[in-house]
Formats: sequence, C-alpha cells, structure tokens
Amino acid sequence: MTDHILSQNTPAARDIDIVRSRETRSHRFSAALRYALLTAVGLLMLYPLIWLIGASFKTNSEIFSNPGFWPENPTLDGYIKGWKTSTPYSFGTFFANTLWIVIPKVIGTAISCTAVAYGFARFDFPFKKVLFSALIATLLLPNVVTRIPQYLIFRDLGWLDSYLPLWVPSALAGDAFFVFMLVQFLRAIPRDMEEAARVDGATTWQTLIFIVVPLLMPALISVCLFQFMWTMNDFLGPLIYISSVDKYPISLALKLSIDTTEAFEWNRVLAMSVLSLAPALAVFFLAQKYFIDGISSGGIKG
Amino acid sequence: MARLQLRNLEKDYGSFRAVHGINLDVEDGEFMVLVGPSGCAKSTTLRMIAGLERVTGGEIRIGGELVNDKTPGDRGISMVFQNYALYPHMKVRKNLSFSMRLKRRPAAEIEQATSHVSNLLEIDPLLDRLPKQLSGGQAQRVAVGRALIKKPQVFLFDEPLSNLDAKLRASMRVRITDLHKRLKADGQQATVIYVTHDQTEAMTMGDRICVMREGHIMQVADPVTLYSRPANTFVAGFIGSPEMNFLDGTFEGENSVRAAEQVIVLGDEFTKRISGRSEHVTLGIRPQHLRIVAAETPGTIKGKLTHIEFMGHEVYLYVDIGPKRLIAVVPSASYDRGALRDDWVWLSPDPKGVHLFDRQSGENISLAI
Ligand SMILES: Nc1ncnc2c1ncn2[C@@H]1O[C@H](COP(=O)(O)OP(=O)(O)OP(=O)(O)O)[C@@H](O)[C@H]1O
Ligand SMILES: [Mg+2]
Repeated sequence: MTDHILSQNTPAARDIDIVRSRETRSHRFSAALRYALLTAVGLLMLYPLIWLIGASFKTNSEIFSNPGFWPENPTLDGYIKGWKTSTPYSFGTFFANTLWIVIPKVIGTAISCTAVAYGFARFDFPFKKVLFSALIATLLLPNVVTRIPQYLIFRDLGWLDSYLPLWVPSALAGDAFFVFMLVQFLRAIPRDMEEAARVDGATTWQTLIFIVVPLLMPALISVCLFQFMWTMNDFLGPLIYISSVDKYPISLALKLSIDTTEAFEWNRVLAMSVLSLAPALAVFFLAQKYFIDGISSGGIKG
Repeated sequence: MARLQLRNLEKDYGSFRAVHGINLDVEDGEFMVLVGPSGCAKSTTLRMIAGLERVTGGEIRIGGELVNDKTPGDRGISMVFQNYALYPHMKVRKNLSFSMRLKRRPAAEIEQATSHVSNLLEIDPLLDRLPKQLSGGQAQRVAVGRALIKKPQVFLFDEPLSNLDAKLRASMRVRITDLHKRLKADGQQATVIYVTHDQTEAMTMGDRICVMREGHIMQVADPVTLYSRPANTFVAGFIGSPEMNFLDGTFEGENSVRAAEQVIVLGDEFTKRISGRSEHVTLGIRPQHLRIVAAETPGTIKGKLTHIEFMGHEVYLYVDIGPKRLIAVVPSASYDRGALRDDWVWLSPDPKGVHLFDRQSGENISLAI
C-alpha cells in the first residue's frame, strides 16, 4: 500500500506502473485465450470417447433418439447382456484370449528386440551394414505385400488357427521399428558404462542384463506400450489366422456381435468397446511418464 | 608380482597405425605416467592393456603372464575412466560392490570391503546416493573406490582429473599419490598406469614418465631426468613451462655454433658432453637457464628486449635474436627494471641447461656425461 502511494509521487514511476499493469492484463488475457482454445480442441478430440461411454449406458432405442451423450435413464443392460454375448462363450473368454496373445507377444518383443538392438549398436560382425539396411528396408515394405507369403508359410507349418503366427515373428525381433528405436537410443548412450562393467568382470550377457537393460528402460517401456496397444487393437492379424470362435480376441469378438445379431444391439457393442478400451487406457496412464521419456529423449544425460 | 610388460605392441585402426610397436616395462608398485599431446595413442595403449581394445601385434604381460587373449575381467586390472562411467541406476554402494557381486562373494565380505574402501576415500556419507546426486569430485572418488575394491594388480587411469576444476585437480592429485603410497605401505603392491596430457600431473605424480608421440615412445625416465636430460627435441619441448627455446644453427669450428645470425660460443666444458658430431644442430636452452647481463661477455647472445611479463615471483622476458624470439625467466628479485627497458641485452646461458640436438633426427647429442 505504502509502496503504491510513494510510487504515485513521481510521474516516471506512475508510467512504469501503468505499463506494468497493462502488461499483466494482456498476459492474463492471452493465457485465458490459450487455455480456452486448448480446452475446446481437447473436448473436440475427446468427444467421441465421451459419447461412447455415455451411450454404453443407454438403451438401444435411446442411442438413436437422443443425440446427447448423457443417458436419460442409465442402465447396465448393455454391459450385462453384452458380456454374455450371442456365442457360447462369455466376453471374459475373449478378454483372456486377448491377454494370452498380447502378454507373450510383448515379452517376446522386449527380449528379442533388446538383444538384436544391442548386437547392432555395440558389436562389429561381418555384413553388419547390409543386415542393418535390410532390417530398415523391411520398415518401408508395406504390410500388405507380405501378408500372402506369410500366410502360406504359416499354413505349411501347420500353425493356422493357433496363436503361433501372432507370437513367433515378434519373438524373433520381427518388428523392425522397435529394433530401430532401441538401436537409436543405445547409440546415444556412452559405452563407458559397459566398458566399466567388463573391467569389473561382467560377461557380455551380464553387461546386457545389469547395465544396458536398466539404461534402456525408458525406451523399452515405450516399446512394450506400443506393442501392447497395437496388439490389443490388431484386427487383421487374428482375422487372418484365427478361425475358431473360442480363440477369438476382443477385436474379433466385437465384430462378431455385430455380425450375428440381426437387429444390432448397439448398446452391447458399445459397452464391450468401452471395456476393451479400459486395459490400454489404464496401462497408458500408469506408464505415461516413462512413455514420454522414452520417445522424446534419445539417451541419458552424463 | 605385477610387473607390466609391453612388447612390440601395435594397434591398427583399419589402415591407420595408431601404435607403432612400443616396448615398456613397468615395475611392480611403480607409478607410471603416460603423457603426450592429444591423439598420441595414450588412451589406445591403456585400453589395450585393459583388454577393451584388441591388439594388432605384440604382447602384453601382467605379472609375467601373457594376457593378450584374456577378458578385461580376468586380467587383474581395474580402470578409472575420464568421465567416471559410474552405473547411473545404482546407488554408490552398489556401484562399489558391482565387481564383487558378480563374483558372488559372501554378503559380509562385500559389506566389509565396501566400508573399508569408503572409509579410505571418505565417501561413506554418500553410499546411499545415486551418481547423479554427486559432485564431480565425489563421483571421481567413487570411481577410484570402485577400482580399488577389486584389489587389482594394475590400476589404469585415463585422464581421471581432466573434468575437475584446477583447485580440485590439485587436491585429487595429492589424494591419488597418497593412496598409492598407502597401498604400498599396506603391502598391497599396486602398479599404476596413469594417462594424462597435463605435464604438471605427469611431473608431480609419476615415479617414471613415458612421453609418447604419434604412437611412438619418445623417452621413459623419472621426472628429474626428463627435465634435465631430455632425449630429443620433442621431449625437451613438451616438458617444462614456458617451453624450451630452440635455435637452429650450424657448427662453426670446434666449440661454437652459428645461430640466429651470431656465433654462440659453447664452453669447453659443454663441448666435452657432445657425443655425435653433426653439422646441423638445434640449440635448446630452457628459459630458466638464461640470465640477463648488461654487457657483452664471451658466450653471451645479443638480443633486443621486446616484452616484459611480470608473473609475481618471476618475470618473463621476451628477447628477439634476429628473426627468433627467446624467452628468459628470471626471479623477480634479481631483475632490475630500470636498467633494462627497451634496450639491447645479452643473454648468458647456464652451460648446465644447454642442450644440443641433431637437427635431422632430433636426438640430444649432448648427453655424454
Ligand atoms: N576407434 C578408432 N578408429 C579409428 N581411429 C581411432 C580410433 N580410436 C582412436 N583412433 C585414432 O588413434 C589415435 C590415438 O587415439 P587415442 O584416443 O589413443 O589418443 P590419446 O592420446 O588418448 O588422445 P587424447 O589425449 O586426446 O585422449 C588418434 O589418431 C585417433 O584418431
Ligand atoms: Mg585419450
């Protein structure tokens, strides 16, 4: 208060005051504008999801009569009936199937991609350049091109209608993108720590497990998350290779409920969609911190 | 026990030869410093001793045993890296004990060794910190501790102090030499190979110093010999600050050299030291061995005083001799500013500090006595 009175005595100080308050006002205004804009865009992006969740609590008829997202008389009908499905199996079976595909695949990816990336990033061997180029080239190859030859191979191996075609390629570091990501991350990590470990008496594998993997953890978590989400959402893979309904993952099961019922029970489909989203969302939010670390920073600070 | 021998050691990187067949013997318990300008293959040599780099040719023996094909873990060495290379995800305690845990030593033994080492290096308050929570000097001590806990036969240091500030470097220098003496007194003979490009570190720490240049060894000697009897122009120029003055000249008569447009008479006493005789020579005189005299006397060099730098306890005088510039360092006390300003002076070299090098080979030919 005194401050204010004093400062009014001199014209210069008064000018400064005016400029300053004008500045803070314009600051506040621009901040408000920014947040309003961000909120609006954010809501726009999220609206389909919000609507999905709201609609899953509506009755089938309300979905078509009420365009808003808030259900008038909320009901769990969609969830209860949807869980039972129109097949002999409950939705729980499909959840279990999905996890049975996803978890081994994620583990296999993590292990195989780490080993391969470590090899490419840290060792010299004959034809290393050619092999790495080949690996990168597969990134550029459209998936569609390999579908048919792959199908034929797996058919000849007698692996159709099993999860092997989904597991095995990933367990052999078939996802070039992940290998590439880990190689890039490793290249940014100085070798000194690994050399120190070797001087300390660690073998190559011990160095990998005790030193490299912990350093690689942020990138490895992103790899696992990507693989988890992509596999959860994968529709084409299971569609091609899995034919018995009792082995269906969620992605196929959702489609199933659309196919078999004549009058589509949309509320059931939506309710099950919400459930199928839950694991991916939960995992993402739990690991968000590492996830962002892993894709944004190419290494660690020294 | 742990004598280190290098025999015709060579290293090629593709078609580039980094190390040209060097021979070096380091005695048990000796503190050997490898010194040389950047790129002279000090690190390469050290990394070959450590087993981190394959040797192209020659032998490395530790304690008499050929270790060329042994893994770094089996050589009985430990190494301190320039940027510490602490394991960032392990607490200091785990960093220290990593090598012992790999060997599955009993927990009690690990605990005992960790506390012994951390006491020795005064890092016990830091045991539960992560490396990123340490200052440079602390991290350096942990790195030394990690090397120490293995009780190696040979310690390898690769410029361990170059990331520290000048003050800390001085105190770490003392700490490391102290530690070496202490280990020796405890009966744990520790041979040390210490790489640096800093001649102060080399001169103050080494029992002996190995001066390297472009993958060759130029001289191996104790600090005093290196300073007073350099084997060649390279060593003479590398050791000592400010750098030794060099004057190219030719012999004129029995004991005088024509250099920088005047005849410099080398006394009889000096002439006796000359072994080989070459026509074209380089005269080397350390700045500390030049005195300024106000009048011409036999054996002096005439020049024009151009710059004076007052450094506190001594004064640097820059004297132009024809096209060449010499530096003389004189104690502040013996220097009288009024008598000398911007004038012709005579430099009187102390015969004990004068060296004569063959200009072709760079060899010192005045070491006969
Ligand atoms: N991996 C490598 N491939 C090719 N050349 C190399 C490699 N490592 C080192 N060199 C070359 O070998 C020579 C010696 O390198 P080194 O690192 O041993 O030098 P240094 O004496 O340790 O230098 P500094 O004081 O700068 O550390 C240099 O000319 C360097 O360019
Ligand atoms: Mg080096």
